[in-house]
Amino acid sequence: MKVRAAERELREEAAAAISPDERMKIMLPAIPGQSPMQKPVRRPAMRSIASLFVAAVFAMCQNTLASVLPEDRADFLYHRYEGGGVTIDGPSILIRKSVGNSLSLAANYYVDMVSSASIDVITTASPYTEERTQYSLSADYLRGNTTMSASYTSSVESDFDANTYHLSVSQDMFSQLTTLTLSYSFGDDTVRRVDDPTFFRDNIRQHYGIGLTQIVTRNLITALNIEVITDEGFLNNPYRAVRFADPDSPIGYSFEPELYPGTRTTNAVGIRAKYYLSYRAALETQYRYFTDTWGIESHTGSVGYVHPWRDFIFSAKYRFHTQTGADFYRDIFSRSEATNFRARDKELSALTSQTFKVSVAYEFLPRGWGFIDKGTVNASLDYLIIDYDNFNDLSTGALLGSEPLYQLKANVVQVFFSFWY
Amino acid sequence: MNKNQISRILLPLVALAALSGCSGIEPWVKPYERDRLADPIMFLDMDPVSSAYIYHVYEAREGARGGEGTAGGGCGCN
Repeated sequence: MKVRAAERELREEAAAAISPDERMKIMLPAIPGQSPMQKPVRRPAMRSIASLFVAAVFAMCQNTLASVLPEDRADFLYHRYEGGGVTIDGPSILIRKSVGNSLSLAANYYVDMVSSASIDVITTASPYTEERTQYSLSADYLRGNTTMSASYTSSVESDFDANTYHLSVSQDMFSQLTTLTLSYSFGDDTVRRVDDPTFFRDNIRQHYGIGLTQIVTRNLITALNIEVITDEGFLNNPYRAVRFADPDSPIGYSFEPELYPGTRTTNAVGIRAKYYLSYRAALETQYRYFTDTWGIESHTGSVGYVHPWRDFIFSAKYRFHTQTGADFYRDIFSRSEATNFRARDKELSALTSQTFKVSVAYEFLPRGWGFIDKGTVNASLDYLIIDYDNFNDLSTGALLGSEPLYQLKANVVQVFFSFWY
Repeated sequence: MNKNQISRILLPLVALAALSGCSGIEPWVKPYERDRLADPIMFLDMDPVSSAYIYHVYEAREGARGGEGTAGGGCGCN
């Protein structure tokens, strides 16, 4: 009996060091078909200056349970988006390394190479190419059950710069059945025009987030995310135009620059759940409700299935999104400057979006090689179909009033290698 | 959602979180019962780099944002 009690105590101690977060891993027992364990990890968490106060309270009340930092890993990803006359591809490299037992540092380099002849571009502008480069640096500091994270992201392209500062605090509680995350980020953007060197406009973005991850049963984990985002500044695209009925035009309409409100606040509430099936597979579902001050309301849902087989993990997912249009969106306005604010951005139209995703991951180097513990190679394809309820396709040359509604089909391919060390 | 509404949501959560740090709640799923949840197939976000990218695609192609996952910077508008 003493031996069994000691074994149980050891198992509890080992498992108690594990976060309930989605990145958690456990030392025992071994899972059939699963490779030897890596270091336990936890998701980088939250954001909000006010939450630092909460963290201080947590620190005073902590028991002996301990959380863990994210895993040391490197990801090398190639992404390619192709659809609607637009091709965007490039690499993304993420490297994460711990320094001591309490600090984890990460760096990300990401590139979008854009070649665009989209429906917007071919109807009101000329095809173009450009490149966007993004750098991110982040640090996670672990103290007891609290993880504090900070990051900085810089994104640069020919006519748009974005700097984002992010803070978050994450706390494990209720014997690590629950993880609460508070987050805040501040973004400072500059909008320019490539054809006008004197054109500069600013945009300030602020994100407020609350996340709650909850273990419900030994087979079910759930998460709740609430996110409020505010924008203030120049929010429209400096190139995009709206069209209005013009009897003096031979085609019946003309174009003028779009004009958006100077502020926008969006609210999103998302819930998700993942359930472990008895034959070692997983079923996932997700729902998000979204509303904003521009009059857009949307519902987004998805279901997914994950099935491991030998050294492979196969997964499939279906995602559905439907939204109403913005109050100031029109496919065609009745006259020039018909309303105070005007938009013909198809993303602000009422629309329905569907995504079919398949992916496969293969684990290699299961016994490691040199300083590498293991590696995986992943490939995924997302097939995206968007049907616009109020955005006509002007590229067909049809007469005003008889243009067909536009439909976008796109393929998103991702191939990436991951290494744990 | 104005500041008062945000406060009404935040304050109870903050109070709950703060109190939880001082309590010794008995876990209804014991640590040694979490082996299935620790399986990599049960991670809510199995590949953070990949999901960050696809959420960025959705933000660029739909009018909604947030509440699903992480997001990057930049416009990607057209």
